[in-house]
Formats: sequence, structure tokens, C-alpha cells
Amino acid sequence: MTGHLLDVRNLKKYFPVRSGILQKITGQVKAVDGVTFFLDKGETLGLVGESGCGKSTTGRAVLRLLPVTEGDVFFRGRNLLALSGENLRRARREFQMVFQDPFASLDPRMTVAQLVGEPLEAHGLAATVGERNDKVAAILEEVGLDASYLHRYAFEFSGGQRQRIGIARALVLNPSLVVADEPVSALDVSIQAQVINLLVELREKYGLTYLFIAHDLSVVRHISDRVAVMYLGRIVEMAKTEALFLNPLHPYTQALLSAAPVPEPGKKEQRIVLGGDVPSPLNPPSGCPFHPRCFRVMDRCSRDVPHLQKRGEGHFVSCHLYD
Amino acid sequence: MKNRLGNFFRSELFHNFLRNPGAVIGLVIVIFFLVMVLIGPFFTPQNPYDIGGLDLMDAYKPPMWMDGGERAFPLGTDEQGRDLLSAMVYGSRISMGIGLIVVLLSCVIGTFLGLVAGYFGGRLDSLLMRLVDVQLSFPAMLVALFIMAAFGRGFGKLVFALTIVGWVLYARTVRSSVLVEKKKEYIDAAKLIGLSPFPVIFRHVLPNILTPLIVIATIQVGTVILTEATLSYLGVGVPVTKPSLGLLVKNGYDVLFSGLWWSSVFPGMFIMLLVFGINLLGDFLRDEFNPRLK
Repeated sequence: MTGHLLDVRNLKKYFPVRSGILQKITGQVKAVDGVTFFLDKGETLGLVGESGCGKSTTGRAVLRLLPVTEGDVFFRGRNLLALSGENLRRARREFQMVFQDPFASLDPRMTVAQLVGEPLEAHGLAATVGERNDKVAAILEEVGLDASYLHRYAFEFSGGQRQRIGIARALVLNPSLVVADEPVSALDVSIQAQVINLLVELREKYGLTYLFIAHDLSVVRHISDRVAVMYLGRIVEMAKTEALFLNPLHPYTQALLSAAPVPEPGKKEQRIVLGGDVPSPLNPPSGCPFHPRCFRVMDRCSRDVPHLQKRGEGHFVSCHLYD
Repeated sequence: MKNRLGNFFRSELFHNFLRNPGAVIGLVIVIFFLVMVLIGPFFTPQNPYDIGGLDLMDAYKPPMWMDGGERAFPLGTDEQGRDLLSAMVYGSRISMGIGLIVVLLSCVIGTFLGLVAGYFGGRLDSLLMRLVDVQLSFPAMLVALFIMAAFGRGFGKLVFALTIVGWVLYARTVRSSVLVEKKKEYIDAAKLIGLSPFPVIFRHVLPNILTPLIVIATIQVGTVILTEATLSYLGVGVPVTKPSLGLLVKNGYDVLFSGLWWSSVFPGMFIMLLVFGINLLGDFLRDEFNPRLK
């Protein structure tokens, strides 16, 4: 197979739209429409895009939290989409997720020891409650929480602490891949940096591989080795972080980067303002999905669908400009 | 444990409970009945099930404060010389027993099916919910009446009939709660760490849908007691030898127009009081657990 840790090929996730009393399928929301990327061990891939572009759906589909419409997901050379039942359950040890909302993703009726210990129990890694609590205490220390919090309920903690519990829960199984679905966007700005630094620290220590989903470009730039930009269910550009930020090729990436504030007083950057809204994924535009908003649109853009092409060392872009 | 009890007394629920006279009255009534059916039989003047202890000469005695009444029969006697107060204590025991057992059974069955239907969805869900639809389109009383008419009187049969009638309510409610709950992120999180479906259902979904369940179950105890009373009144409920409150009303009704009003009126008031108490308590819980009503 491939040498990559994670190899996602032509992943598609369509949500059927039903209407009428007979619930007939009248359309499809193409949330993820042919996404291809790979991740090497120890690498962090940032997945960015506007709300609704399908980045979270991609993450969830890769982790088998959503049924996939089409495509392949190879993890260590094994096709995850072919797994089911007990095999899938066992395989889950290897790939975990840090959720966006640390309030919704922790069962309000459980203590920290139960929440973080639950993965251990599910995989038979703790024979007794004492052993479980020891392991939980150890991982709590790792994520910067005091072991004395063991018997507190999740609602007794602040957002940042809750997110640390979420990270502990994801890491207690010692996975190799962690999908972080906007792990800091629900947190206060002052807390965001702490959590990001924790994630970086843990990555170095355990050789973790992250698929880091976010809409905050500065966060992505800080943590990622490579960045993929999504628009309307597709990856429009993917490159090494510095290459992407210094030399964005796709017009959408250029517009996205120009929208990010530059923390440098007096510096004036030309901002590219896109017209209109993101089109509905229920009825995407013909040809290039970005063409109705593109400031460099050409004739063929509304006819031909562009594909991800290599335009430099590790730099892929899906745009007719570079043909 | 002590800590949890302390937490309860300091909770908002307990605070609001104390400030709600209806709820306090309801709880007092329910506790009164519970105590009565648990220890009452040790104090009643008579064992109404012991036919040998009855004397037909005592038949149709009025309550003790009326002319011809005796202290031995505080609320009078029926046509077989049975002490009405004793019969009511034993009858309440049967009525409440049926109410609690039926609610427990139908709640467990309905909740399980509702959880499975809601969580797994698909064909099983459609099948179960159409079954619920069909059953809900018949009046509950009619279904119970039909089952009892087919199988005959009896405690066990009554419990069976009322459970068949009752589970649909729980199944429907639980299913809709599950549909809401299973979209929440912590359920995804539970799947993700590698829990099998049933641990997810029982450890995560069930504890989070308990509140509506508690409310319905409480109110249903009253409803079931009323249904049981109606069935017994119609003569298809409990056996004549062990009358429930409903059957006592029916027995008294036969002689009501001969002026022997007490043997019908007192059991009737008992039913009313008991169901009233349960409903007060149930209404309080419903208001408490439904933030929209606050």
C-alpha cells in the first residue's frame, strides 16, 4: 500500500435531502466532494476553510463517525471503511478526536475519573478501578491538570480545563492519529494559546499525528507542517505551511489570507474582498465551485472542473490559472 | 451517600418543593397511603380476605357515628359483614401494588424498546413506531377491556393487560428524547473511544433522558390506578375475593340506592385522594423538569 500513516482518497460524503410525506430523496448536500490528502507520522496537517465548507465532516468521516458515501481511508495501510463491528471498535484505539465544544462533548453526569477512564475500560486496559484511576491521574498530569480533580464532575471546570480533560480522554489510549476539530475556537483567546501549546508539547513527546481542523489561520500557521484549504467540500490548495502563507496560489486562498488581521501596526495590506456568499452545497456551481466569487475568473472556469495539480514542491492547487 | 443526601436537601429541587404547597400536600398524601398499605394490615380490625372471620349478622352496618353503627366497624360494613375500613386498606394495597408494578414493567419495556428504536433507527424503529401508532389509535381502556375479557379476571392478567396498554407511552417519549440526545457530541465521543452500542445506550443515553421518564412514570401511577379501578368496577379486573378499591366501589354501587351509601363513597374518596396526591406530585416534577414551564 502506501507509506503514509493516513491516506484519504477521493472521500465523499453526501447528505440526502428528503421532503414530502413519503420522505423521498429530492437532493443531496455534497458536504465533502472528493477530498484527497495524506498524513505522515508525526506530521500535522491543518485543514482550514469557512464554516460549512466540509472540514469537520471530513474529520468525522475519516474517524468513521459518519457513514461515508464514497472513497477510501487507509490507516497504516488498512482500509478503515472496510472495518465494521468489533474490528472497528478495536481499531478506534489508534485514532482519537479532540472535540470543538468542551461543554457538549463531555457527558455531564460523569466524573473526570469516569470520563477519562472510560476509554481504558472500553478496551480492557484497566482491570480494577484503582488501576484505572492511577492511569487517569498520570494522563491528567500530562495535560496539566491536578490528579486531585479525579472525582469532580466535568461541569465544575472552566472551558480550558474541560478541553484539557477532552485531550486527556483522547490521549489516554495512546493513539497515533488525533483529529482536532477546532479544539480552541470555543475557548477564550487567553486560553487558546495554552491549549495549542499543550497540543504541540504532546505531539513532540508522543510523536502524535494531528489532523488539525480550524478556521483561525494564525492558529493553523502556528501548529501545522502543511495546510489544506477547503472550499465547498473540496481541497482547493494544499502546501507546506510557509509556502502556503507566503505564496498562496489559489485565488480563494489569497482572499482568505488577506482577510486575516496582521498584528503589525501601520502595515497596510491589500485586502481582497469576495463578493456574495458561499454557494449552497445542495446546488453547487458548475465547473470550478469557486468561479462565481472568483476575482480572476475565466471563461472555462464555469465549464471545467479543476483538479488538484502539483505546482511546485509539495504544493498542490486546484485552479485553471496554472494550467 | 451522606454527601449526596446533603446535596439533595440543598438542591433547587428541594427548595422549590418546600415552596410549593401542592407538591407538599401531594407527597404527604402519597406517603400516607404508602405507610397505610405497608403497616396498615397489622392494625385493621379484620382481615377481609379471611372469609371465616366474617359474620353475616354484621352485614350492612353503617359507619360508627350513625345510628346502629359499631366501634368495631368504623366505616361500616358491606353485604357480607366485611369491615369497610379493613377492606379499603387491603384494597389500597392491591390498587397501589398494581399501579407500581404496571408502571415499573411498562416503563422498563417501553424504555428499552424506545432506546433501541431511537438509537438504531432504520427498520426496527419504523416497525416499533408503527406498532405504537396502531395501539395509540385505540383507546387504552378498550384494549385493556378486550384483553381482560379474553383472559378473565386475575391479578397477573390485569398487570399484563395494563402493561400492554402502558408501554407505548414510554417507548414514544424515550424514542423522541433519544433522537435529540444521540445528536449531541458526547455520544459521538463515546462511540469514538470504542464503546459498543449497548454501553453507549445504557451508560450515556439513558442517564440523560431519565428526567422526562420520571415525570411520566409518576403521573402514570395515578392513571394506572384509575384504569384498574375502572376495569374492576366493570367486573373484569381483580377477583371478587380480593377486592381493589375499584371493586369496592362497584360492590357498594349495587346497594347504593338502598341507602347504604358508605360502602361506595368511602372507597371512591380513597381513589380520588390517592390519584389526586400522585398527580400533584407529578405536576410538580413536570414543572420542575421542564424549563419552558418555569
